[in-house]
Amino acid sequence: MLEVENLHATVDGRGILNGLDLAVGPGEVHAVMGPNGSGKSTLSYVLSGRDGYEVTEGSVRFRGADLLALEPEERAAAGLFLAFQYPVEIPGVTNMTFLKHAVNGLRVQRGEEELDAMQFLKLVRQKAKALGMSDDMLKRAVNVGFSGGEKKRNEILQMAVLEPAFAVLDETDSGLDIDALKIVADGVNALRGPGRSMLVITHYQRLLDYIVPDRVHVLAGGRIAQSGGKELALRLESEGYAAFADKAAA
Amino acid sequence: MARLAPIDETAAGPADSGADWLTGWRNGPADGPDASPDWLGAARADAAGRFAGRGLPDRRVEDWRYTNLAHLTGLELDWSPAPADVAKESLPALVFGREAECRLVLVNGQVRPTLSTVPALPGGTVLISLADALASGHPGVADLLRQRVAVDGGALKALNDSWLEDGYVLIVPDGVTVDMPIEILSVGTGGALPPAYQPRNLIVAGAGSRVTVVEHHVGLCIGGYFANLVTDVAAGAEAIVRHCKVQDESREAVHIALLDAALDSGAMFDSFCFTLGGRISRNELRVSLDAPGAHCRLNGAYLAGGRQHCDHTTSVDHVAPETHSEQLYKGVLDDRARAVFQGKVTVRPDAQKVEGHQMSRALLLSETAEVNTKPELLIHADDVQCSHGATAGDLDGEALFYLRSRGVPEGQARQLLVEAFLNEAIDAVALAGMRLPLERNVARWMAERPRP
Repeated sequence: MLEVENLHATVDGRGILNGLDLAVGPGEVHAVMGPNGSGKSTLSYVLSGRDGYEVTEGSVRFRGADLLALEPEERAAAGLFLAFQYPVEIPGVTNMTFLKHAVNGLRVQRGEEELDAMQFLKLVRQKAKALGMSDDMLKRAVNVGFSGGEKKRNEILQMAVLEPAFAVLDETDSGLDIDALKIVADGVNALRGPGRSMLVITHYQRLLDYIVPDRVHVLAGGRIAQSGGKELALRLESEGYAAFADKAAA
Repeated sequence: MARLAPIDETAAGPADSGADWLTGWRNGPADGPDASPDWLGAARADAAGRFAGRGLPDRRVEDWRYTNLAHLTGLELDWSPAPADVAKESLPALVFGREAECRLVLVNGQVRPTLSTVPALPGGTVLISLADALASGHPGVADLLRQRVAVDGGALKALNDSWLEDGYVLIVPDGVTVDMPIEILSVGTGGALPPAYQPRNLIVAGAGSRVTVVEHHVGLCIGGYFANLVTDVAAGAEAIVRHCKVQDESREAVHIALLDAALDSGAMFDSFCFTLGGRISRNELRVSLDAPGAHCRLNGAYLAGGRQHCDHTTSVDHVAPETHSEQLYKGVLDDRARAVFQGKVTVRPDAQKVEGHQMSRALLLSETAEVNTKPELLIHADDVQCSHGATAGDLDGEALFYLRSRGVPEGQARQLLVEAFLNEAIDAVALAGMRLPLERNVARWMAERPRP
């Protein structure tokens, strides 16, 4: 589903990704772990098409298409979703309005009919209920005045409503207490299925107790330093990233 | 027809012998059939002398530093336009999107009863033309007008003071609540020469009265005209006056408006100005909080593109202690548009326990758009809470990316963010029925703006 080959990317002229290779198949959940500054967030932003991240070498193919040639909204229409590490506040735009533009923006791009007000309301209410989100949260401005946990839950709600084929979760666990973490993880697990792949980016192993990955990759120095099964995450938890930092420097 | 004695040619503006923009002005307004009281002629002549003595303000006049009216001097204007032929059916869609219960229509500054719908208003409330009020010697109108005309309020006010021919007069007696919004539709429409018109409006709200005025200024022509409006507001103790103005003049029009309000104890003046139109426009508010408990809220939203220039100037004078003012102006500028926000807050000595807050925010959608902001706080008392702030910038790039990453196309995402930005100001409009039409205007403006 996603094939990243020899990806090099710079931010402000600084090389952050230095030849990253990664392949995620349909229905697979991969975790990318790594120390601060290893390029985890850069990877998520390069995949989603944020300004300011320049790809200098390599390729990303997504469901057969050249992902890097697409605008951010086209990537979304192709089935890509990024759950933000720091969800953005948008004063003056309610969650409902935001979701409606997103749902219908995707549908129009895919050549489908827009949902009418009733169909949309029904869809969002049902997904929100499953995540324990109140109507009040839907009426509030996007992420404005939300707690850290509410913001992350809101990301998962968007994912549930938009039903992407591929979700990148960028440090979705950061800033969450254990209860919030469980709610978010339950939401993510509910979306797992044969057609949906995920890339779970995290600094800590903790999240992977709840979202159990098929593969774990260690990102260091802007490339994958090691890959393995879920037991690799446990090893990192006890041994730390020091060994990889040395390796990247070498 | 009594006409003003022509004033000294040499004193009035450019000295060339040919027609200039003030040629028609020098003849003065045509009066009603000998109905004009003596004081009126004298007041006009006095004001004409004041205007002639100083001419149009230029950059040397601090209040007009950022707004240049030189454009006017290049026009040959018709100062006494014949009543334009306007059909009731051709009047634009109403602000409320439905038939107004009460609407007074002015065309080129003249009240047109046949185009208007004015029902009997509650409790002896009066809505008439200034021409009628002067002709009938309406008590209260002459006194207030004489008093206000005597105030030296700058060149453009003097120009308006020199005319005093027509406009609307709204008088709400003590203790009367007028529930239905009073709609004033002011239509500008061109002729062989661009018309110049200077309506003088009065709103007198008695003690404890409540009234809402919605002014809608529209152009029914493509060409230009010059509207120089002055509105005097007097709000008695505990009165609540809401004033909502939508300025959607022709894109070639010059629209200069001054509203001067004096508030008695516990009175509230709530103003909202939505500016869309005009080549050059200025909406100036001067509010005097004369007695404890007086409170004003001045909000505005504006959209400007092309080479439009729009100026919002406010001056709030906290004369008395325990008075409050709040201001929020938000605007969106595109292309080569320029905006000005000048906000002055004065707190007089002894005016303790005063609160005055002011905020101006502008979104610049192009690199050639410009905003000039000049807050001015003159505080002469010590127990006060005052604040001001100003921001100018592009759309929030993070929010734009967030929306796009969810599948919202870029153009739509930008529109959504602009609407959200302006809605903060629009949401403050007390008259709920106004919000939707205003929001629609924003959507229309975004849809019609030229893509780079």
